[in-house]
Amino acid sequence: MVIFGTSLLAICFVVGMYLGDLLGVALGVKANVGGVGLAMILLIFAKMWLESKKLMPKATEAGVGYWGAMYIPIVVAMAAQQNVVVALKGGWVALIAAVVAFALCACCIALLSRTGKRGEPLPPLDPAILADAPGIR
Amino acid sequence: MFEMLYKTLTQQGLVTAFAVVGIIMWASGHLSKILTNGRVQGSAIAILIGLALAYYGGMVTGKEKGLADITLFSGIGLMGGAMFRDFAIVATAFEVQSSEAKKAGWIGALSLFIGTVVPFVVGATVAWIFGYRDAVSMTTIGAGAVTYIVGPVTGAAIGASSALMALSIATGVVKAILVMIMTPILSKFMGLNNPRSAMIFGGLAGTVSGVSAGLAATDRRLVPYGALVATFHTGLGCLMGPSVLYLATKALMGG
Repeated sequence: MVIFGTSLLAICFVVGMYLGDLLGVALGVKANVGGVGLAMILLIFAKMWLESKKLMPKATEAGVGYWGAMYIPIVVAMAAQQNVVVALKGGWVALIAAVVAFALCACCIALLSRTGKRGEPLPPLDPAILADAPGIR
Repeated sequence: MFEMLYKTLTQQGLVTAFAVVGIIMWASGHLSKILTNGRVQGSAIAILIGLALAYYGGMVTGKEKGLADITLFSGIGLMGGAMFRDFAIVATAFEVQSSEAKKAGWIGALSLFIGTVVPFVVGATVAWIFGYRDAVSMTTIGAGAVTYIVGPVTGAAIGASSALMALSIATGVVKAILVMIMTPILSKFMGLNNPRSAMIFGGLAGTVSGVSAGLAATDRRLVPYGALVATFHTGLGCLMGPSVLYLATKALMGG
């Protein structure tokens, strides 16, 4: 059933968030530390375990896959509620600090991605995978 | 008639948001083909439209949550809020190759560390240039350059004024928006075409919102790798901001 997948996702999410909050308290930080990342790791392990037990039928997968595919539309909704006015009103201090910070970080990214063991580029996009997002290439 | 329609759309807020965002996605897919011959991704255009609408919403209502503050579009606030966003990000982990994720453990940690210290130093230095010469101001603005959550959390912890916190948040929001817009443009330069570099990007570019939108506009298969690392960014920033970074700034500025 589709809900099994969504429920599995929700359980991983809630447990991960709880662990992130606990980690925050343990470190004395007023924030969730890595809750999303911990939830992702839980989901990856849950998937591997269920697949090894042959407990992951297509319908269950679809219950998670739907939310993964909704990700970009949700990000668009997120962009639509950013405080763009304040960002523009921040003036030169905010603008210069942000531009220089990102420019330096972009250079570090370029440097680090070219050092050590380089990652294998992903294969070109398979149009079939993108059928769920019409017009998005 | 129209009043009834308005009432219906407002009452069914979240569902209205699904409809609105779907229309934005459809329109941006076509704009991508017609205006840029498909060179600029539809999702990147959709995010830009979202930001433009957020600006409009902020101007009209004078509040903080962009389009979501307009009653008719209040559902956008729920759909794009932290709960749904994080839920969908976790769902993308389903496509992660765990062998790929394991490979970049230490480099993820390294990039997280650099991604916290470098923006902080830049932010604090810019603050100093603009005449904010005390440790509290420099730390608060520097922390804002890390992420817009680290800024106010740090500011509150070391007793910064609310005007300073607003400036710190503004710095973080500008950075998040920059990451959203510039990532697809700079993706070649940053070597952003594999899981390993996506994890480096997640640690260095910071903010979950910036990273997730930036990667979505570049190649949506990279999203889980970047998000996996970026999620530790705010936590690390909140940990280092009011402690090590503040003390270091204080030591350097002599109070």
